[in-house]
Amino acid sequence: MHVPSGYGLHPQNYIAPSGHYPQGPGKMTSLPLDSQCGDYYSGLYMVPTQNMVTPNTANQQPGAQQMYGRGPPAPHIVGSTPGSFQGAASSASHLHTSASQPYSPFVNHYNSPAMYSANSSVASQGFPSTCGHYAMSTVSNATYPSVSYPSLPAGDPYGQQMFTSQNAPTVRPARDNSFSGHSMAISHPSPLPPPPSHQYHQQQSLSGCNTLSWSASGLPSTQDNLRNHTGSLATANSNPTNTAADSLSCPVMQNVQPLKSSPVVSTVLSGASSTRTPPAANRPAEPVASVTQPSELSQQKGVDSSSTTSSASPVPNSYDALEGGSYPDMLSSSASSPAPDPAPEPDPAPASAPAAPQPSKMAKPFGYGYPTLQPGYQNATAPLNSGVPPSSPAYSGFQQYAQYPGVNQLSSSLGGLSLQSSPQPESLRPVNLTQERNILPMTPVWAPVPNLNVDLKKLNCSPDSFRCTLTNIPQTQALLNKAKLPLGLLLHPFRDLTQLPVITSNTIVRCRSCRTYINPFVSFIDQRRWKCNLCYRVNDVPEEFMYNPLTRSYGEPHKRPEVQNSTVEFIASSDYMLRPPQPAVYLFVLDVSHNAVEAGYLTILCQSLLENLDKLPGDSRTRIGFMTFDSTIHFYNLQEGLSQPQMLIVSDIDDVFLPTPDSLLVNLYESKELIKDLLNALPNMFTNTRETHSALGPALQAAFKLMSPTGGRVSVFQTQLPSLGAGVLQSREDPNQRSSTKVVQHLGPATDFYKKLALDCSGQQTAVDLFLLSSQYSDLASLACMSKYSAGCIYYYPSFHYTHNPSQAEKLQKDLKRYLTRKIGFEAVMRIRCTKGLSMHTFHGNFFVRSTDLLSLANINPDAGFAVQLSIEENLTDTSLVCFQTALLYTSSKGERRIRVHTLCLPVVSSLADVYAGVDVQAAICLLANMAVDRSVSSSLSDARDALVNAVVDSLSAYGSTVSNLQHSALIAPSSLRLFPLYVLALLKQKAFRTGTSTRLDDRVYAMCQIKCQPLVHLMKMIHPNLYRIDRLTDEGAIHVNDRVVPQPPLQKLSAEKLTREGAFLMDCGSVFYIWIGKSCDNNFIEDVLGYPNFASIPQKLTHLPELDTLSSERARSFITWLRDNRPLSPILHVVKDESPAKTEFFQHLIEDRTEAAFSYYEFLLHIQQQICK
Amino acid sequence: MKFTFAAFCYMLVLLLTVTLIFCAIWHIIAFDELKTDYKNPIDQCNTLNPLVLPEYLIHAFFCVMFLCAAKWLMLGLNMPLSAYHIWRYMSRPVMSGPGLNDPTTITNADILAYCQKEGWCKLSFF
Repeated sequence: MHVPSGYGLHPQNYIAPSGHYPQGPGKMTSLPLDSQCGDYYSGLYMVPTQNMVTPNTANQQPGAQQMYGRGPPAPHIVGSTPGSFQGAASSASHLHTSASQPYSPFVNHYNSPAMYSANSSVASQGFPSTCGHYAMSTVSNATYPSVSYPSLPAGDPYGQQMFTSQNAPTVRPARDNSFSGHSMAISHPSPLPPPPSHQYHQQQSLSGCNTLSWSASGLPSTQDNLRNHTGSLATANSNPTNTAADSLSCPVMQNVQPLKSSPVVSTVLSGASSTRTPPAANRPAEPVASVTQPSELSQQKGVDSSSTTSSASPVPNSYDALEGGSYPDMLSSSASSPAPDPAPEPDPAPASAPAAPQPSKMAKPFGYGYPTLQPGYQNATAPLNSGVPPSSPAYSGFQQYAQYPGVNQLSSSLGGLSLQSSPQPESLRPVNLTQERNILPMTPVWAPVPNLNVDLKKLNCSPDSFRCTLTNIPQTQALLNKAKLPLGLLLHPFRDLTQLPVITSNTIVRCRSCRTYINPFVSFIDQRRWKCNLCYRVNDVPEEFMYNPLTRSYGEPHKRPEVQNSTVEFIASSDYMLRPPQPAVYLFVLDVSHNAVEAGYLTILCQSLLENLDKLPGDSRTRIGFMTFDSTIHFYNLQEGLSQPQMLIVSDIDDVFLPTPDSLLVNLYESKELIKDLLNALPNMFTNTRETHSALGPALQAAFKLMSPTGGRVSVFQTQLPSLGAGVLQSREDPNQRSSTKVVQHLGPATDFYKKLALDCSGQQTAVDLFLLSSQYSDLASLACMSKYSAGCIYYYPSFHYTHNPSQAEKLQKDLKRYLTRKIGFEAVMRIRCTKGLSMHTFHGNFFVRSTDLLSLANINPDAGFAVQLSIEENLTDTSLVCFQTALLYTSSKGERRIRVHTLCLPVVSSLADVYAGVDVQAAICLLANMAVDRSVSSSLSDARDALVNAVVDSLSAYGSTVSNLQHSALIAPSSLRLFPLYVLALLKQKAFRTGTSTRLDDRVYAMCQIKCQPLVHLMKMIHPNLYRIDRLTDEGAIHVNDRVVPQPPLQKLSAEKLTREGAFLMDCGSVFYIWIGKSCDNNFIEDVLGYPNFASIPQKLTHLPELDTLSSERARSFITWLRDNRPLSPILHVVKDESPAKTEFFQHLIEDRTEAAFSYYEFLLHIQQQICK
Repeated sequence: MKFTFAAFCYMLVLLLTVTLIFCAIWHIIAFDELKTDYKNPIDQCNTLNPLVLPEYLIHAFFCVMFLCAAKWLMLGLNMPLSAYHIWRYMSRPVMSGPGLNDPTTITNADILAYCQKEGWCKLSFF
């Protein structure tokens, strides 16, 4: 990013590819294929192929029978002779390539808001225009004196925020305020802890020197900006007033109304000054962390980047502000957040006092020092507290908190503010599982914070992108074995982020031996050398790196954005390209057999495509193509200049070829009219088809041939078992076995055709995404292979029908919208590196593993998650920290080569207790789920289930043996693992692993696919749904998102005992929402929210909440919308009446209850206890 | 006659063992290459897979020879390996071509380690 003009060669790099470019597509149209085709045409294959022009184009007698190409083989060979056809086509395509040649370096590289990308590219070149742009927004700032801010690289993260902030409106205010808080914090250096024995120390000391100002041409603007920031920082420093906050917020976000932000800030600040933060004051601050509407992700990112940038981490600062702003060291981004809550209650001490007792208290449990965790611990243990006598002042406060009347409000604000609350100090507190009735906390569970020193904690990667199952890495494999816990990483590398430092520089600094990218956890030995934190090699700092573009100073390599952020994106030079970056290419392969036409998905797809055609990520080179298939394969010639789309039918499915290889994938913008014509015509073209066969395999082969010159994305829509040509599948499901408790067969693929095809595709940088919309069994286990190994994604709509099953139709529509418009990265590879001594063991997700640590991803999308199992090969005794680095190299849809790097740093521990203290139970569950999927495919489902149960039994008994003083009859778990049995039980009752309940094989396989490729946040909802009571939503504790009030009801445990007939409950299962209406539910609620007079009049199938103009309706809808936002699979809503047949659907998710085939939670605990005692 | 046949057996086996040793070495090298990232697993599997069946057949041929020559000791030594081969081939992943190794799973650390160990064991056995 903000690299001065002389600095980044970004534009030049650009020119290179554009210069090359013509060759790319040129190659594509290159001869071999053509001539081959020509041969086909003129020779053997003339007969079966009929090139025809759709209905009324001149030289053809139109006719339905030709349309289907199944007329007598010989009759008429189409108007244009193959040769001329070919010639015309290829010349046209040359035209097209040359047209795409003037390829501007300023294309947006982000598909998200145009503003963003424009800004970033512009800023990176130091264009004067930025000035104007920012000037608008920073009106008030000019008045502030330009204070230079030596000790922190504030400008840098700030800069990032500048251009990224546009789409995270409400996140802003609090962050800004936090910024001011932070600056305040920094102004009190006294309580800073002894800096780690690390580079940061040096950094601090070095920071003052060498502020060389480069007055390059484009700089003033940015400089101005910076000055503004620092200026406002300074003021924030001196007087935390609204104006300061205001001015801060202004430059950052264009679309926040100052009106809104200022009150927020002011309340928070006032809270700060008075220490006592009434809930009301909290509430406005919440948007910070909790879930802003525009995107949960964006919010996350906001936090993410903030927590990683050492200087401007918003959340801690807001905490600072709340707490009086004086103890910056006490807080990590996350731990800080819940703090406001304890504040209202007992904490009598003003401003500075509350923080003071914390460190000692916290450090107590372990020698290692858990400095900042108290608030988090409170959060985590809150609901559990009942039995445990308070042992420290914090406890007492917290006790009160538990009984505080507005618990839900508080807890929601807790949830809102805390990002990753850390249960560490108490994470070892033994919990007697069998006696603990309410094991589930009322607020969402957050990831524990690694027990690092404060500086590192701030720098560490956001848990949303990168999580480890053990936040304390055991020193040896033996210790890990003793703990009986899985060690692995959960990744969500391509998450939608709103704040991401993008770095353009000539040389991307990497370790010379292990090729690690420079990251915040390296140590600088002196100014010119740095030591790699993965392989410990000492490397030189290149000259270019000495200059910091953000502070415009020289000789401060440790202040470069790369070293200040653990999530960064580099714009890569041509060294990182094997070929010129490919354009975005999309191919749609559509099933148009009778079955498909009957289901009617074409209408929805075409509609959705028409709507989103302009939003498809890509640049001027974007290309698109369509194929349809039944027993033959139909291509569509959309070449610019034709008056109508031409349909070309290939009926020779044994040896598929492309009739006109170069006019089937056409430039989206040049042929837009034709594409629209086709999309309008397509739904009705096949209405009378009687063809029931489906030649999916040959169609895929053709698609592969079509895509192989460029690579790109193939979206396959399939509605039945493929029944013709290669890749034929038979029905393998025996419906009688669906509820069998013993063996579930056929979880693996029946043929390796699809896998091989996927590998071929992957080799040609093509990903295949599968949309399976079927009413009967379609062997997803085999079909899914085509997406699994080509890094595609899988969508499944069981019993899809556009009129009979409107909820599925709606889901498809929404999914498509997200699918078509979301960000996409092409020809990607992802490498995961880790500190010497650790090694990658197994990978989970959709990709092809190219070597031991390299994943080849033909496409990467923001909804893809990955998991990695790790093993410890060498003892880690000589190091106290381990790092993991994920580098994702991809081509953006704008044709830029980019590298996104995430780095996670974790401490190494030598005692078993510490290992248990650092368990991230959600990550562990997700990893176990992945492992169980593998196990059930390779071995059997019952094996996998046993393994899951054993995981609990082993870890709990291992823990039991470490705490010898406790009575052994009880089932004891450390607090960090207290949800482990519950989650495992939930897994056992999940569609993928359940037995004894009727589960269709495809449903089961789909659930397994989901487990493999969903990121953790979504997966957890799938495993353990969230239940809320929604008939009494109040604004207490509500958060504000996009000017809307979103109530935050507490979580209920998944048990029928929580359901009352008087209530209405919402269950959030990730991909589906259920609203259960109790029989004697208040009529007011039914009328206000559902729009029906009473319970009896509610229809059985209700999938929408009407937009009623009542308060409770508004609350309910805003809550649901809030939950819904930014899910990869947009959930459908089912209103389930008590005593309706659909209620079994709902009740099967109440996993704490007993079902005919499975334990209740309590029984499960007893079972575990029994196993342990054995 | 019988003696000569047995001698012939041994001679032939000696020669064939050389091929098997060669196979085993090849196997080890290939997996080592995989481990150190020199080669693409798809290519590697394509080179390895055609070799698997011949190797197994040669070994099965041994056993038959020893059986014919009534060399019970040698047969006893070689039967376990043959049985192992049969089991290994039965439990191979779903594949259309011959061979054992699936490029998608071969880079898994467990499988890689297993295959390498297998290679060393065979090498020492031969």
